This record gives sequence, C-alpha cells and structure tokens, in this order.
Amino acid sequence: MLEIIVASTIKVVVVMAAVLTGCAYATYMERKVVGHLQHRIGPLYAGPYGLLQPIADAVKLMFKEDIVPDKVERATFALAPLIAFVPALLTFAVVPFGGDNTIFGYEIKMVLSDLNIGILFVFAITSLGVYGIVLAGWSSGSKYSLLGGIRSSAQMISYEVSYGLSIIGVLLIANTLSLRELVDRQASDSIWFFSNWYVFKQPLGCLLYVVCAIAETNRAPFDLPEAESELVAGYHTEYSSMRFAMFFIGEYANMLAVCAVGATLFFGGWQGPFVDSVPLLGIVWLVLKVFVFMFVYIWLRATFPRFRYDQLMNFGWKVLLPLALLNTMVTGLLVVQGVF
Amino acid sequence: MNLDTIIFVVSAALAVFGGTMMIAQRNPVLSVLYLILSLVAQAVLYVQLSALFLGAVLIIVYSGAILVLFLFVIMLLNLRGTEDLGTGSRPVSRTAKFILAFLFVVELVMVVRTGFFRGQGEIGMMTVQAPDFGSVKTVATLLFTKYLYPFELAGILLLAAIVGAVVMTRNPGEDDSPPVVTNSPRDNSPKGNE
Repeated sequence: MLEIIVASTIKVVVVMAAVLTGCAYATYMERKVVGHLQHRIGPLYAGPYGLLQPIADAVKLMFKEDIVPDKVERATFALAPLIAFVPALLTFAVVPFGGDNTIFGYEIKMVLSDLNIGILFVFAITSLGVYGIVLAGWSSGSKYSLLGGIRSSAQMISYEVSYGLSIIGVLLIANTLSLRELVDRQASDSIWFFSNWYVFKQPLGCLLYVVCAIAETNRAPFDLPEAESELVAGYHTEYSSMRFAMFFIGEYANMLAVCAVGATLFFGGWQGPFVDSVPLLGIVWLVLKVFVFMFVYIWLRATFPRFRYDQLMNFGWKVLLPLALLNTMVTGLLVVQGVF
Repeated sequence: MNLDTIIFVVSAALAVFGGTMMIAQRNPVLSVLYLILSLVAQAVLYVQLSALFLGAVLIIVYSGAILVLFLFVIMLLNLRGTEDLGTGSRPVSRTAKFILAFLFVVELVMVVRTGFFRGQGEIGMMTVQAPDFGSVKTVATLLFTKYLYPFELAGILLLAAIVGAVVMTRNPGEDDSPPVVTNSPRDNSPKGNE
C-alpha cells in the first residue's frame, strides 16, 4: 500500500513538473515562432537565445501587485483562475507516456491512471474548464469581461458537440475508450511504423478534432473571448499578477493537453521506431508529436485573422457539425461492413 | 474507516451541501455553482459504485453542457443577480409546497427504512459491484437491447422539444429564408445567427 502511494506521488510530481515546464517553454516557443513568422527575432536577451525568458516572465508576474477591483464578486473572482488552471492539468492523468517499464527493479506503468473510460474522462474534465472563463467574466464586474465570458460559454457549447463527435470515428474503429489500448492498437512492427495510425483511417475526424480543439482552447483564429480589438483583454481584463498567470498557464496547459490527446488518438501516442528495444524512447516520440501539434497551433495563429462572431457560430453549426455527423455515420457503416 | 468510506462520506456530504446551498442562494449564478459542486460530488459517488461511465456522462452532459447553458442564460438575463426575488407567494402554493416537502421527507425515510439498501452492507451504502457492472459495454448492451424502445422514444421526445423550441422562437411574421449575412464588419447585429 505504502509503496503504491509513494510510487504514485513520485509519478504525479514528475508529470506535473514536466507539464508546467512544458507550459513555460510553450510560451517561449510561441513567441519565438510567431516572431520568426513575422520576420522578427523574438525573445533574445534573457540567457542564450532568450531561453531564460519564461523564468524571467514568471518572476515578473509573481512580483506584480495583485489588484482586486472594487466591483468584483470576491469569492468567484478568486476561484475562477483555479478552475481554469486545474482541469487543464488533470487531463494529463490519463495520457500514457509509454509502455510498461522496469525502473530500479520496479514495474512502472507509464501512465498516471489507466482508466478504461480514459477518453471520456478527458472530455469530462475539459468541459469543466470553461467555468473558469465564464466565472472570470461574470465576477469581474466589467462589461468587457462579461462579454468575453458570454462569448466563451456560447462558443464552448457550440464546438463541444463537434469536438465530441470528431473522435467517435476513432472509438468505433478501436472499439475501446482506454487511451492505453488506443495507443496499443496503433502499434506496427513493419518499417512503415506509422501505417496503423488512425489519422489515415480518420483524416476528416483528425481535421475536425484539430479545428474544434483550437476553438475549445480559445486560441486564434477562434479567440473571440479575448479579442483585444473589441474587448480589451476579454475575460481576464481585470486580472493581474499570479491570478492572470494562472489563466495564462491554464491556456497553455490546455493546449498541451489537447495536443497530447490528439497525438494519442490519431498519431499513435508514444509509439514510434525502436520503442520496443528502448522503452523510454516512448516519451521522446510523444513529446515530439506534441511539439509538431503545437507548432501547427502557433502557425495557424500567426496565419489567420480572427473570425467574426457570426462566422464563428455559422462555421460551428453549419459546417463542422454536419461534417462530424457525416464522418460518424460513414465510419459506422464501414465498421459494420468490416472494412476497418 | 478505510479510504472508500472517507471518500463516500466526504462526497455525499458535499453533494447534500451543494444541493442545499443551491436553493438557499439569492444569486442565481452562485446557485448554478453550487449545483455544479453537487453534481461533481454525485459523479464521485457513481464512480465509487463502479459506474464509471455514468459518472463521466453526468459531468459531460450536466456540468459540461447544460449548466454552461444555464449560466449563459442567467448572464444574459440577470447580470448582477441582486434583484429582489419577492417575498410572498399565494397561500395555495405556500401550503402546497409544505405538503410536497413533507411527502418527500416521508418517502425518503421509508426508502431508507424499508430495506431498499438492506442486505447489501451498511445501511445507506451500496457495496461495490462487479468490475464490469457500469462499464460502457454493459450500459450500451442494456440500452440497445432491453431498453431499446424507451431509449429511442426519449431521443424522439428530445428532438420534438428542440423543434418546438425553434418554432416558438421564430416570429410569425418573419419569412423562412435564412437571414442575410452581410460582409460588412460593422453589421454585427444578431439576426438569428446565434
């Protein structure tokens, strides 16, 4: 019993530390990549290549004054950043980082919790994250925040439907909800190590997943809740210091989470060449896939202008939802016919 | 007292606390928050009974979708939520609600006493079921065999409700063609596009 508790605690601490570091360096990556895409250099002065910039940012945010405006609802104002922050981290509890390994003589499962409804857990937890934004908008007592919160709730509801439907195809083919088994089914012994990735069987599903994931995480071009040209900074207008930082980290943790889940669902998770002989290589492959996903994220941000609100709604309900339903139906038929 | 019992007691207490605070609030947004707390605690209870699927679905459907919609509507209608909710109701409804509350209490006591839970461990606590008791497979098999007709009927009922809601929100004078969306960025009026 004690052994299990100690092992779980170590795993949780390691994963959380890795995810938080990942978040910090995701901000660095975003600034660097967007900088170069816009013909700038990006952060440069803090450390070699500006590599210490995230640490400098964190220190700066910690020492800023924490301002609580007069008209806020204090309890919910304090609660909102936490609600935005915690669910994003919880998602990583079910993402597998590798197969079973033996480290220091112990058999270690490279996943915090191997739930047999893993993917449903992911969706349940991500659906709670919206409350952080909505409550921040409502409790700030500012019209910009409120508009951001209202936009966010409408957007989340609209895109969550397609988001959920986009992965049904994969689940139908894999016939499991456990993320570990999903990864196992995508393994392949041949030289074409990617031949069993679900992205080839579910190209439309993968595309829909990526689009909806961007909308769910409120990223450009779907970042209407924080459209700075209209709403100052949207839902986090009134936040400062560490509370703002929590929204910030939460957003990046959410991005990393949807990237990791996307990589697991469609790109074979930790599977890759030589992973059988060197088990720890699984982590490298997963990180690499997440990195590519993140790059696409940032690339899209630097490329596309923001949607208008009615375009956003039309796109969600009239384009994505029918496509997702069609994808589900066709996949279902193919599975029944035994094609997959 | 093992870990299971502690988790059960804490989440059961949270569920009841959330439910009570929900109806004790003047502020509708806080009511919704307490309802979410209650639902999440209930999901924990489901998970403890090996009904993982039900627990997850409870959170996805209620906390993740329906209550977001509640918040959305409340935020649109009643921004600060501090208005007077009124004090008195009519005598008839006042007596009616006390009778109803009394009946509910009687029902609760009877359910607990007459042994719905008896023979399955301590009173009020169901023992943990077989591992596949609440799995997706078991639930789905039941839904698509034994309870197929009720399941499909519920689907049709919901569809009818959606269609009805859409019909009711339309103005009778309005023509059926979809509203024209101009490409001018100034024209952001919500012409039924939301």
